[in-house]
This record gives sequence, C-alpha cells and structure tokens, in this order.
Amino acid sequence: MEDTLRELYQEVILDHSRHPRHFGSIADATHVAEGHNPLCGDRVKIYLKLAPTGAIEDIRFEGKGCAISQASASLMTDIVLGRSLEEAKQLMGGFLHLVKGEEVGQTLQPEDREQLDVMAGVSAFPMRVKCATLAWHTMNSALEGGAAVKSE
Amino acid sequence: MNARHTQFDVDRVRADFPILGREVYGKPLVYLDNAASAQKPLVVLERMTSFASQEFANVHRGVHFLSARATDAYEGARARVQAFLNARDTSEIVFTKGGTEAINLVAASFVAPILKPGDEIVLTVMEHHSNIVPWHLLRERHGAVLKWVDVGDDGSLDLNALEAAIGPRTRFLAITHMSNVLGTITPLEKIVALAHAKGVSVLADGCQGAVHEAVDVQALDIDFYVITGHKLYGPTGIGALYAKSAHLERMRPYQGGGEMIREVTRDSVTYADPPARFEAGTPPIIEAVGLARALEYLTALDRAAAHAHEQALYQQAREAVREFNWLRVIGDAPQKGAILSFECDGMHAHDIATILDRQGVAVRAGHHCAQVLMDRFGTVSTTRASFAFYNTMAEVDALVGALAKAREVLG
Repeated sequence: MEDTLRELYQEVILDHSRHPRHFGSIADATHVAEGHNPLCGDRVKIYLKLAPTGAIEDIRFEGKGCAISQASASLMTDIVLGRSLEEAKQLMGGFLHLVKGEEVGQTLQPEDREQLDVMAGVSAFPMRVKCATLAWHTMNSALEGGAAVKSE
Repeated sequence: MNARHTQFDVDRVRADFPILGREVYGKPLVYLDNAASAQKPLVVLERMTSFASQEFANVHRGVHFLSARATDAYEGARARVQAFLNARDTSEIVFTKGGTEAINLVAASFVAPILKPGDEIVLTVMEHHSNIVPWHLLRERHGAVLKWVDVGDDGSLDLNALEAAIGPRTRFLAITHMSNVLGTITPLEKIVALAHAKGVSVLADGCQGAVHEAVDVQALDIDFYVITGHKLYGPTGIGALYAKSAHLERMRPYQGGGEMIREVTRDSVTYADPPARFEAGTPPIIEAVGLARALEYLTALDRAAAHAHEQALYQQAREAVREFNWLRVIGDAPQKGAILSFECDGMHAHDIATILDRQGVAVRAGHHCAQVLMDRFGTVSTTRASFAFYNTMAEVDALVGALAKAREVLG
C-alpha cells in the first residue's frame, strides 16, 4: 500500500473517526452552526458554549461523513476546548495552511502543530481538503454568528 | 454467469480510446466512472479537429462556402441523432447543451404553460437532480405539486404504484430510462401506454438509458426523450431533445436570441419553426459534429454483443462482491444496466474512492445527484462503479482487489 494512503489513514485518524471525541450536542450552547458539503452530502453541526471570559468552555459536534471529516471535527474539538476565541482562530489559520500543504510558520505553536500534524497527510489529496476543513469553517461560522456553511 | 470471455472483442475497441492506455499514480487506469462521463474514441476527437480546422464557420447564416459546409455538417448531425433514436423527422430533434437543458426546456416551454396551481407532476424517487430540480422550479413558480413514485428495496419500479400516482390532476410524467445509481431500467413502453391512457404526456431522461439500450421513440410512442453527448462517448456541451412534432409546434420559445426568429421589429417578433425555434444563439456546432461521429462509432459496433459484454462485467462484479459481508449493494432490479452501487459498513464512500483511486481505479463516490434516492435508501452517499463496453474482466478483478485493500486500510 502506498505511503501517502497510510499517512492519510493513519491509526490516529481512524481512531478519531471511529470514536469521535466530544460527539453530541450542548443543550445550553451559546453558538451553533451547521456545515454542509453539497458535493458529497457530508454534514456537521458544531455546538459551542463560551464562558463569560470568552473562552471555549465546551464544544461538541454531531455529524455524518467520511473518516477525514469526522476525524478532523473530533481533533478540532479536542484542541480548541478551553482556548480563547483568538487562539481558536489562530489554530484554524494554522490548520488550513497545514492541510493545504502551505507553510505553517509561526501560525501554530509547536505542541499544537504536533497534535494537528496527523492531518498533514491530507495535503497530498487535494480533492479531500474540503473534508478536513468543513468542521473548522463551521466552528468559525458559529463563532461569527453566521448561518449554514458550505464547503465546496 | 461467469463467462470471462464474451463474443465482444474488447481489446480491439480499447485501442480506439487513447486515454484507456494511460497510467495514474504509476498504475494502469481502470476507468469505472462511465455513468458520470464516458471516454471518447479517437475518431470523435479527430472528427472535431478536422471539422474545426477545415470546415468550420457559423451555421445557417452565411452564403459562403464554409458556412454551407458547416451547416451541412450540423444538420447532418441532427439526422444522425434522428436515426439513433428513430425519430420520424429531423425537425423533432432539438440540440441543447446537454440533458439538463433539454429537460429545463420541456419544463419551461411545454409543461409550465399548461399548469394551474395544484396540478401534479409525477416523478420517481430514482431521478437524477436534472430530472427533479426543473420540476421543483415549476412547483415554486406555478404551484405544481410533485408526486413521487417509490422503488422497491431492490430498486425496481412498481408499475402499479406509478399508475396509481397518475391522477386527474396529473399533467406530466418525467421518468428516467435508466437510474444512474441503481442501474434500474424502466419499462418505458408500458409506462408511456399507461400514462397516455390517462391523457398524460411523458418525458424520459435517457442520459443513461440511451447509452446501453436501443431506443426507438416511435415504437415507445414517447412524447419527449432526452440524451446527452458526453455519456454517449461524445463531447461535453451537447445534448439533444427528441419531441413529437405536434408538441414542438405548439411550444413557446425557451430562450430568445439569434437563429430562433422569423422576423424581429421594434414592436414584435415572430418565431422560427421547430427545431430552430428552440436553438437560440450560435449552437455548439463542433460538439454536434463530434456527437454525430460518436453515434456513428457506437452504432457501428455490434451493440448486442457490447451490451452482453457490459452485462457480463456487471455480473462478474456483482458475484465477486458477495464475498464481502461488509458490503451492501444498492440496486438489484431484474432489469438493470451495468452499474454497481454499494455501501460498506464503517467505511465512507469518499474514503473508499480515495483508496481505489490510488490503485488506479476511478469510481464515483457521493450522492450522484440523486439525494431523493439516497434518502429513500437511508444513506447520504454510495460508491458506484459503472461499466462501459471497453472495460475488461481484468478491470473487474482490479476493482474487487482494490476494495479488499480499502477494507484492509479502513476496516
């Protein structure tokens, strides 16, 4: 089997997709948004609860989709939990660079980079980048109070 | 069926399609996405090049040499489509940019003018979005009611349910000739007869059907039949609508522009006779010539042998995947074309397609522009392998092997 495939579907990704972290909804969510990929029918719904300080006190997601989109959503909820809004947006910027195969530079702290690096294999599959970014765009939309997100 | 060798000389036809010889990711291309778009034989590409480089001008306009040559080629293409569908007259063939435009044309010019709010349009749940959304537009704009005919769990159409769906307020029936997901082939002759018995006109979406089945619009007595060029081994950007001349004559124009008029003044306009009335603007001339060459190529094949070969490929694949207890085939109707759609436990179609792709196997993953059907089968996406006469038994083996590998990676 080709190395790029093994890298894309490494054990961590498959584990996240099979056993997603923070899967479910939040009854008293402060921010909610739904994302939809009209090309493949994948859906994700992100629930956020922000603390008065503006930090992400809780985050959960519901969704149906491919291993990449589910793993990405699961990883995202793991990494942004407890962060400030600014940090979450910074992480999103860095993540987008990572999966598009662009220079990540200083946009990700080393420990964040290490945690998100399992998604770097997506960059070798341009047709799948939208799967990896759907959850992040949807979270961003929720934080900005936006409506449904479409990832094409 | 396990005949690995059919009467059809697949090696000979493969040589006609240059792209089939290429590799992807260093592996031989196994192209099983034919229902999305078919590959083109070299003769089609050569004909388009020779036409564009030696015979091209705009049609129906100039008096000069090339304009006459181009007009002859374009009208000759119309005659080729007429023969392919066995239409009574060339004026019953309208060139469009594809199947989608042809259906939209019928919706706007034939159905919309006869609709009153609450009138019904009957569809099946296995229609492609191109045969759903034009009718949704009529629902939104004219208050039409869409009535849906279900399919059985095996994907077959229940004719009794279809007949029951056609009521006193039904104005139109739009139905696929062959499902792009299930492969189900619909018995058009019976369908047309039972619709006509209730005074309802019928459109068949033949974008898949015409590729695999012989079509005789007169024998079917069908009102409208739609084809698209790129699935018929021809170019993109060209399709055709067959319509009975009695319908075309009373249909209003679809788009306005050059070529579709008789006379234009400051205050009035009169329209050309069909088919020109429905071909506003410069048509896809080179594409029409390419389509004609593709139809010539296709009809020169032994189509019965080609069909048998496709069926043998399908049966081989269908039998092989029975080994995979984690795979569920969607679409097992007794009458079906060479399309294998399936779902896999714990494996999403896009992940499967990505892994197949890296082994050179091109399949489609997703909802296939058939979300109503996905909903019917309680899923959002399937993986689909669709076969053409140029596919081989070795390619079926490659598909099956690649699926086993996908299971290994994702399972």
